[in-house]
Amino acid sequence: MAAMQGGFLANLGRVYAIYTGAFVGFTIFIGILELFGVPNRILGYLFIFLTLGVYALIGWLARTAEVNEYYVAGRVVPAFYNGMATGADWMSAASFIGMAGSLYFGGYGGLAFVLGWTGGYVLVSILMAPYLRKFGQFTVPDFFSARYGGNLARGLAVIVLITASFTYVVAQIVGVGIITARFLDIGFQVACFVGLLGILLCSMLGGMKAVTWTQVAQYIILIIAYLIPVVVLSAKVTGIPIPQIMYGQALEKIEAFEKTFGVAQPYASAFTDARGNYSPTAMWNFFALILCLMVGTASLPHILMRYFTTPSVKQARDSVAWSLFFIFLLYFTAPAYAAFAKLEVYQNVIGQPIAKLPAWVASWGSIGLVGACDTAQAAINFALCKGVTGNGDGILQLSEFRLHTDAVVLATPEIAGLPYVISGLVAAGGLAAALSTADGLLLAIANALSHDIYYKMIDPQADTKRRLIISRVLLALVAVVAAYVAGTLGADILFLVSWAFSIAAAGLFAGLVLGIWWKRAGDAAGVWGIIVGFGLCMFFLITTEFYGPWVKASMSWLGDINIVKIRGRDVAYIWGINNISVGIFGIPAAFIAMLVAGWVSKPASAEMQDFIDSIRVPAGSVRNAEAAH
Amino acid sequence: MTDSKLTAQQQAAYWEKTRGLMLVILAAWFVFSFLIHFWAPQLNSIRILGFPLGYYMAAQGSLIAFVLMCVWNAKAQDRIDREFGVQDE
Repeated sequence: MAAMQGGFLANLGRVYAIYTGAFVGFTIFIGILELFGVPNRILGYLFIFLTLGVYALIGWLARTAEVNEYYVAGRVVPAFYNGMATGADWMSAASFIGMAGSLYFGGYGGLAFVLGWTGGYVLVSILMAPYLRKFGQFTVPDFFSARYGGNLARGLAVIVLITASFTYVVAQIVGVGIITARFLDIGFQVACFVGLLGILLCSMLGGMKAVTWTQVAQYIILIIAYLIPVVVLSAKVTGIPIPQIMYGQALEKIEAFEKTFGVAQPYASAFTDARGNYSPTAMWNFFALILCLMVGTASLPHILMRYFTTPSVKQARDSVAWSLFFIFLLYFTAPAYAAFAKLEVYQNVIGQPIAKLPAWVASWGSIGLVGACDTAQAAINFALCKGVTGNGDGILQLSEFRLHTDAVVLATPEIAGLPYVISGLVAAGGLAAALSTADGLLLAIANALSHDIYYKMIDPQADTKRRLIISRVLLALVAVVAAYVAGTLGADILFLVSWAFSIAAAGLFAGLVLGIWWKRAGDAAGVWGIIVGFGLCMFFLITTEFYGPWVKASMSWLGDINIVKIRGRDVAYIWGINNISVGIFGIPAAFIAMLVAGWVSKPASAEMQDFIDSIRVPAGSVRNAEAAH
Repeated sequence: MTDSKLTAQQQAAYWEKTRGLMLVILAAWFVFSFLIHFWAPQLNSIRILGFPLGYYMAAQGSLIAFVLMCVWNAKAQDRIDREFGVQDE
């Protein structure tokens, strides 16, 4: 097995090059099948089951019974491949499916996601990844326990980790459900569980090791799947297949259409309200969201734990740069995707006779993601048309066209009249994105439960075999609960994910940063940082979302509070800040709590300070890690 | 890879350089994450290849800067590590 492992690691480049070639060949083969008239439904099945099969195969080949391999992939993952794996771990259904949709509707406002989900890596690179790698344990709560005096800090970190990761994973399974439901033509709830099988197949047997090599494979599929349709669209619209440069032209054309349609808020205008006027509230929301997403990036355990897997501190740093590069490839393409999609809709859909609308309107409409709401009866066929009154003139006006955010990426190839093989490819990519992130998240949750709670807090004598079995059982349990919640609730992917970022940012960021950069911080500082940051964030999150009117009535001393009707509830916006950015209250609160608690309580012990000195330097051993427990 | 324990003085000098690098990149991060975007409405009146400049900076310009910052940090920190002989590979 060790020899096989060595052979695999020595030939990584060749293995993944052959794999990429095979995937491209497979896609071309499906394209040929389409030419010969094989029905779309079969093509969709082929794409989904074949890719799922490949992930399961990798998961099975990478099965392991060693703790080091199960938790940190044996710490043998080179920087370049860890970069790809992090890319897939990172780019979830929210990035792949949700982001271009939010850019489609939000224009400049949507760019907060593009900025927020890339800039955070600078923080990871300079503030924590190399030091966490040097620390060299298995989980993020391990760090809190070692740095802040044991199991109280560990337990609190586990609570934050599970709250954030669970919120996040529910959103991923919703994404898997949407794709599987559409392309396999099955109900959404069943689809959530089918997707679940795919997730469990790759992570159950091999833990982090299997997830790592599957994520590399998933990155390759998702990036190909994201780039191809935009490149084709760019070639079709502008004649040059470099969308990232050419969509400037699309932006200009969109502007021209907006003038004829009488759209008040120009697509590319920054910080404007619905009437197109400059709005400071829009600006502050933009910056608040960026801050929460960036700080959240540097706090999410499923990402940080990827940097535990590299062979050295140097490679952990290099790997952050590779990660961001691979992520960048998708993120700087997303605005192009959105712009070309919008242009296609403006050119080919708006102003068409209802009777002549293409078939995709009905097929996406039937699962509630598209609506053509010309007549009052439209709501019978299109769930999205509830509350929209069309003028019934038989022509689809802009105000009568409804498109769900999560449908933009998936439906654009069909909207633009591209061959169905591209739709299937995009579906496979979206599935890869959602599955890879769900894998990473479930592993983070299961590891926290099995390693931190069970092994470190309940039964430190447990042997390896028992620990790994418990870990696998918990993984499956958490996955089933998450799929159940996703299947019954279903929700807007992007807003769930943003919450997860705010929660992680408020709960963990201050403790991680000051733990490394402020030697004086003692146990009390770490503990209070989490309690105050996480507590305040959750308090505002729950009250503003579910008890909006109460917040308005009882907390007006805070300043301006207005009620916004959204997601079917009365949600309170404090100072006009959208509650997806609740981290904006929790992050500073955590820092203040840590600074106050750090100064009033006694400083960290000399052994602790020596421990910190040793994780700050790449070479040498970690000193006093055990004494610190 | 021996346990090359630095003297307290070397440790302090090493950390000062590391912190200096961190603060410089943190400042650059702040500029490209927040500062320049305050002027997005004004920048938008400049158009390059059809892109309003404010939009371009948020959609692409800052992203390129972020990637470069991570590469810069990896290279510069490695140089510091070698200077003190504490690199781990």
